[in-house]
Amino acid sequence: MAEEKAPDTKHHSGADREPNEIIQEYIKFEKIKYYPVELTGDIEVPKLTPDALVMVKPQLLTSKEVLARLGYPENGLRPDWKEVFLAKMDEILKKYRSVKLFLDICVRCGACTDKCHYYLGTGDPLNMPVARQELMRRVYRRYFTVQGRLFGSKFVNGEELSEELLAMWYTYFYQCSECRRCSVFCPYGIDTAEITMAAREILNSVGLVQKYLHEIIDKAQVIGNNLGMQQNAIVNALEFVQDELIETTGVEDIRIPIDEEGADVLFVTPSADFFASPHIESLYGYAKVFHQAGISWTMSTHASEGGNFGLFIHNYEHMKKINKRIWDAARELKVKRVIGGECGHMWRVLSSYSNTMFGPFDYLDPKYPRPQHICEFTLDLIKRGALKIDKSANEEFTVTMHDSCQVARGLEMGGTEFGQFEIPRGVIKGVCDKFVDMPEHTIRERTFCCGAGQGLLGDDMLATRVKGAMPRMQAYHYVKKNNGVNFLALICAICKAQMSKMLPTYGFPMEEVGGIHQLVGRAIVLGAKEGI
Amino acid sequence: MRTLEFQGKKIELDEDGYLTNLNDWTKELADTLAKEDSLDLTDAHWEVINFLRSYYQQYQIAPMIKILVKEIKKTMGADKGNTKYLYQLFPDGPAKQACRYAGLPKPTGCV
Repeated sequence: MAEEKAPDTKHHSGADREPNEIIQEYIKFEKIKYYPVELTGDIEVPKLTPDALVMVKPQLLTSKEVLARLGYPENGLRPDWKEVFLAKMDEILKKYRSVKLFLDICVRCGACTDKCHYYLGTGDPLNMPVARQELMRRVYRRYFTVQGRLFGSKFVNGEELSEELLAMWYTYFYQCSECRRCSVFCPYGIDTAEITMAAREILNSVGLVQKYLHEIIDKAQVIGNNLGMQQNAIVNALEFVQDELIETTGVEDIRIPIDEEGADVLFVTPSADFFASPHIESLYGYAKVFHQAGISWTMSTHASEGGNFGLFIHNYEHMKKINKRIWDAARELKVKRVIGGECGHMWRVLSSYSNTMFGPFDYLDPKYPRPQHICEFTLDLIKRGALKIDKSANEEFTVTMHDSCQVARGLEMGGTEFGQFEIPRGVIKGVCDKFVDMPEHTIRERTFCCGAGQGLLGDDMLATRVKGAMPRMQAYHYVKKNNGVNFLALICAICKAQMSKMLPTYGFPMEEVGGIHQLVGRAIVLGAKEGI
Repeated sequence: MRTLEFQGKKIELDEDGYLTNLNDWTKELADTLAKEDSLDLTDAHWEVINFLRSYYQQYQIAPMIKILVKEIKKTMGADKGNTKYLYQLFPDGPAKQACRYAGLPKPTGCV
């Protein structure tokens, strides 16, 4: 364990080789086969399988143009990477006292070991949260404690920086989806997501920049949304949905307003909602809710993205730039309130970070001084009888709900304790007769990640995604078998994309996945208003 | 990243098999890419691919699947205007697989 490592010359002979050349060999991208397990309905702790997923690494971003725009090194791993690495880590430790605290206080009790979906799915010991964090703690003890600096790695069970260690970081900090399930079980409340975010920021600074995540951050900043949809494409998509709504409901004045100044509500949602299936189905639901409530609303081509991938890399500046579009649009369009659609990390950033970035929101209606979630908006209307609901439209479904990690372990919803669990369930029960929860240890604050969160949704990570989805698939299988569940309701675009791929992989029909507002949209009876 | 030798030209593809340079696209190249996946492009496939390309020219992005479904319904009949049919044509999903043969970039984001 504690042995001092000599430079690895076995595979990389020739001390004259550039660090970038060495690291490229370590983190070569290869497509690997992936197999789903057979489902039983139980989540069992697997046998240890060292290196189970050591070969799965995300692709590196290579576009020099994009790297330059994001402020990262353009030529892969920098020759002086060790200095840059330590300087960045030092900066983070000083800036975020939480990270330093979390590195200091772990007592290795092991409570987190079997809580991670990637560990449960792979058995790879480095996917135990404590072991993953240990990759950083070993560096921390060696370079950032007095004993480590004076007496070296051996004395403090630390590790010298090497390309090999860096490759381990790049591998395993991209096999964590920052879902924070392990943190719920940690007696010290260590937020392991913060460690992963810090590790990713350090990796970026030395030139190991993951492609999927950063391409999207770039598009969100340059074009305005994660998909890279230009204004005319957004307008075309939204007009198409509006035409379809009119055609299918026969209601002539149902609208999806775009960039309308003076509307009461600015509605922001992930751009996937204008493009992908089943995401788009929820858009029909949102429009019907606003129409029937008689509340004027608008979408914005400037704030055409709710999702905020800046959160995933601990980079406050990126996160702030992406979030700024929403508040600029809110002011420009002179709205009274901001409502967010079905998106996990959008909700986390909107509800937990917005106020310190761009608050106070004193220009909003004092009755709605903070962003609202579409579920709290809809539930309030249902409770007040403002929406006419015909539950029989959803008669064919027995519904269960997957709590999205970013919402479930975010701050709150609706300003009420546990609102993030109760409100979405309240909406489902308001529009469907049959609702069954999955086993207790897989929902609410103990929910499992869908397996693709926080930048792991790319096709390069398919093996990890299949393995990481296992706990959720077992739980879904359980309620399907015992309660005849046939619809998995979601409130996050990443969950929707991941689950509509994973259900067929595990042998379920793809159509069993959808958004909560897809169900709402089906059940709303448009026409005479019941009064608000 | 890989390079495909095609009609005496070197064509660059990214890690997922999408064209790096969209101008490299030709009909013959689409056929070749599909053949690599043991797929023969029929007229039905070409309906989809041609529509994707013309939409892309106007909007610099692939159309959402609902727009595609509606178009196919219009040109090929009501029984073919559904997602299931598109998945039969392109088993990896119309958004990704058809875009790849059509020489469009891969959609990014939560999709």
